[in-house]
This record gives sequence, C-alpha cells and structure tokens, in this order.
Amino acid sequence: MLPARFDWAGLLGRFGLVLALIALIVALSLQSDRFLTYSNIINILRQISINAIIACGMTMVIIGRGIDLSVGSLLAFTGVVGASIAVAGVSPWLAVAGALGLGLLLGVWNGAFVAYAGIAPFVVTLAGLTMYRGGALAYTDGRPISGMPELIQYLGSGNFIGLPVPIWIMLGFLLLSHFILRHTSLGRAIYAIGGNEEAARLSGLAVRRVKLFTYAYCGLGAALAAMVLTGRLNSAQPSAGVMFELDAIAAVVVGGTSLFGGRGGVFGTLVGALIIGVINNGMNILDVPSFYQQIVKGGVILTALVIERLVAMRR
Amino acid sequence: MRRLLLASAALLVAGPAVAQDGSVGLSVSTLNNPFFVTLRDGAQQAADSAGLELVVVDAQDNVSKQASDIEDLVQRGVDVLIVNPTDSDAVVPAVRTANEAGIPVIAVDRGVNGGELAYYIVSNNVAGGALAGTFICEQIGGSGNAVELEGIPGTSAARERGEGFNQAIAESCADVEVVARQTANFNRAEGLTVMENILVAQPEIDAVFAHNDEMALGALQAIEASDREMLIVGFDATDDAVAAVNECRIGATVAQQPAQLGAEAVTAAAEIIAAGGASGDTVNVLVDLELVINADCP
Repeated sequence: MLPARFDWAGLLGRFGLVLALIALIVALSLQSDRFLTYSNIINILRQISINAIIACGMTMVIIGRGIDLSVGSLLAFTGVVGASIAVAGVSPWLAVAGALGLGLLLGVWNGAFVAYAGIAPFVVTLAGLTMYRGGALAYTDGRPISGMPELIQYLGSGNFIGLPVPIWIMLGFLLLSHFILRHTSLGRAIYAIGGNEEAARLSGLAVRRVKLFTYAYCGLGAALAAMVLTGRLNSAQPSAGVMFELDAIAAVVVGGTSLFGGRGGVFGTLVGALIIGVINNGMNILDVPSFYQQIVKGGVILTALVIERLVAMRR
Repeated sequence: MRRLLLASAALLVAGPAVAQDGSVGLSVSTLNNPFFVTLRDGAQQAADSAGLELVVVDAQDNVSKQASDIEDLVQRGVDVLIVNPTDSDAVVPAVRTANEAGIPVIAVDRGVNGGELAYYIVSNNVAGGALAGTFICEQIGGSGNAVELEGIPGTSAARERGEGFNQAIAESCADVEVVARQTANFNRAEGLTVMENILVAQPEIDAVFAHNDEMALGALQAIEASDREMLIVGFDATDDAVAAVNECRIGATVAQQPAQLGAEAVTAAAEIIAAGGASGDTVNVLVDLELVINADCP
C-alpha cells in the first residue's frame, strides 16, 4: 500500500476516470494519426492550462461545499485591469500584481457575503458574474486592450525548459493547491467544513475564515488565468471568459469532486480538465460539424462519469 | 439586390432633380462611436442632395433617452422617422407611438422587434461573406485549402456570412477545398485554441476565413506561434483588425459601410415622402460591404 498522505490513494480511487481518459485517447488515435503526437499533447496541455488553473480554485470552493459562478467574469475584469496597467508603460510586474490583487479582492468580496452574511454562494457569485462582467465592460468601454509587454506575452506564449510557460504555471498552481488541501490544517478544515459544517463549527474550526479563504483563493486563480490568457492572446477582452465557470465546474465534477462537498482533490480535477480538453481538441481535429460538437461533448462527459461510477462500484 | 440597385439609382437622381420639401427625423443610438457618426454623415449628405431637412438626435446609448428623443421627433411632426435602435426591444413602444401618429418608420443597422416598419436597412452579410470568399480565391491563385472559423452556431451573422463565403467558393472557385469548418463562437480565445487544433490536423492550409475579427485575431496568434504562413480574412473591421491589416499580419477584413447605410435610409425616406406614404409591408434594403486591404503587403 502506498502512503496515505500522498494523493495516490485518491488517484487510484479515480482509476475509472483515468481509464475513461485513456479510452478516449485510444479512440481518437484510431481516428486520426495526427492526434497522438508530442506536439499535440503539448498543445492540449497548453490549452487546458487556463481551465485547469481556474478549476483548482473551484475545487477548493466546491470541497468546502460552495460554488463560484463569478470566475469567468472575474477573469475578464482582472484581465483588462492588468492589461491596462501593462500598456500604460508601468512595470509589467505591477500589471501582474494589480490583476492578482484585484482577483484576491473580488474573491474576498464573494467570500465575505457567503461566510459572514450567510447568503447562498450560488446567489452571491451569480451577482458577481454580472457585476464583474459589467465592471470589465465599463472599464474598457467594451473595447479590447491590445499590445502587451514582453513579460505578459511570456506568461502566455513563452517557453521554459522546453515546455510552454502556461503549463508550468498550471503545474505550479496545481501543486500549491494540492499542498494546501492535503498538507495544511487549513486544507483539512476545508474538507471538514464541506463534510459537515455544523460539526466543524462545534469542533472549534474558524468556519467563516476558512470559507472566505476558499473564495479568495478561487479569485486569485481566476486572475492568474486571466494573465496567462492575456499573454496568450497578446490582448485582454472585456468579453473574455464567458461560460468559463461551467467549464471549470465540469472539470471539477468530472474529476470526481463531490458537488456536496467534503470529497475530492485537484489531481482529479486535472484529469477532468484533460478529458474536456481532449474532447475539444479531438473534435476540431476530426472536423466534427459545429452543431454536433455540443451534443458530443455533453455525451462524452456523461459517458466518462458513467464509466467512473461502474468501475467504482466493481471495487 | 434589384431593390438595392433601384434605391441607389434613386439616390443619384433624386437630389438635383426635385428639391422636395419634407423633414426626416434620425434617432441615432450613439454618436460616441465613429461607425454611427459616419452613418449620420452619410444620411446628412443624402438629405442635403434630396432637399430634405434632417433632424438628428443622439440617444447616447441610453434606451430611455432614445424613447423621449423619438417622442420629441413625433411632436415636431417629422414626415418620416429613421431609427437606429440602441436596443431592438426597448425601442418598440416609441416606434408604436410614431405608428399611431401616422409617421412611417425606417430602421437602420439594427431591427425593431415590434411595431410597424416601412423599411429595414441593413448590411448584406451574405454578400460580405462572398466578398471574403472571392478575395481568398484570388489571393491563393484559385486552388488550395481553406479553413472556416464559424461564429456562434445558429446566429444570423454566422449563418449569412458562412453562406456567402461557401457559395462564392463553390460557384467560382471549385479548386479551393474548405478542409475544416469549426466554430470558435465569435471569441478570440476560442479562435486561438480552435486554430491551434486545426493546425495540428491540417498540414496544408492556404487561407483562413473567420466570421468575425475577434476569431481572426485569435487564429493569427496561433498561426504566428506555429511559424506557418497563410492568408487570414476577418469580418467587421474592428480597430485591432484594421491595425493588423495595415501591418500585413492579416490579409483583409470585411467592413460594413455606415455612410451607405445612412444614405439608403434617407433615400427610402425620400421615396416615402414622394409616394405620399408607405406601403403596407416592410421593405428590406441590403447594403453592400467592402474589403479593407493593404495594397502594399507582399
């Protein structure tokens, strides 16, 4: 048996999911010899990086039995604010810091209403979804901000030791999220609150502060994703990130984290994001007509979940 | 199309021939956008040459201001009302007010979801798509592989632009094969990822047509990162896209002609006044588009 402190057990627990991913990859490889190549694998990893970064924060929120619908709009707002600082000719580091700071702040705003005002997370973050989108549009007057400095472009399109920078950022944020969840008392508190909030409160956990943290962290992740996206496009759009919240939630749930809280982890979320990324990539490569893509995407996600359940029941 | 030619012909002859008396109200969504300023200028020019008085009011993108603007124009007793709605739904009550006062209404650039319209003047998206198809065909020498990045499935803009493009390719350029048709939902980030995936799948691509500039600019990022070269054509002539055309990074973008939209609206108004009233049904006038290109590019 592997040591339980590692997430290996959890990963093996989601073996069915990995199996579904492998089945998907095999099926696509049989359809096109251009699918399973080194450059396409890197391409897929780079493409899922933005969703995976957002989904890491989302995993934490969902484990704590919350939800954050505001991440797509938050990404747009922090992206345009960061981009505006960057094109103003001030240090690009300040642009990154400004975007991350704003992301943290908006996450705290979400978390405060959920944790301290006791309003349902769905409602609070739905309000955030419209407010932050409006903020992004008002801030830019609806126009994109283009022409980023080197550093911002590097975050999205650069290479570091042979791998695209977005992949490194994704891996870094994944490991940080994993560390917080599995190796700190804060992480254990998140699981405890998601499992049974009342019991967590009675056992003396600072429930409100922990909840606030999960939303703040989720906001930070979305802002980080915003800077990667801005670098990748060399431009920030106030219309960026529409429906990103659903992609992130899909990655989390496909990755085996329970929407009812208390169970799950970010490695599963990575596999979930990979499944969604592989489907998108495969459909483009096979030139599946646009109308059918949505049906196929929903169908494959559902099939992956069914396979996962069947395997889980066998064990 | 025949209707369009007739309308254009009317514009040419109406001016000096008869100096009509009449006043036309024009309610513009916003003059804080160069597109609508040009539309207003085109309308003004047509009104001057047709001998019509043109009263222009600017709603500043505010639906309630537009409603009261239109009421003012109705009170003023204009003969015809031209509306460029800020919002196709919110403008309906104001249009009904004009209908009740017996003033014919012409919608320009955006439609109205209620009330009665005498004319609806709008850009011809099908012709715009065809313009892109023909341009691509000529530029790549009549044969090769093209990629189509589609807009949000089911939207009229995606349907019409795609229809025009594919018709042009099928009819006049049979040796160009559209090797991939994929949606990127009018979105720059999706334009990037979808194009990355298509680049993996297709070893030979000569040209890309995107249903809007946002997707074209996303595709541009993917193509530049891949070190491959191909012709890119976008649609809408946004500032970013025109800049990219000027830098020779994309080949062309299809532009609406706001001056023409404004002029056609006034021409229609002149026809209504000359005829002494509007006929029952809404007449659709489709205005052609133009390509923005940079002749200095290699």
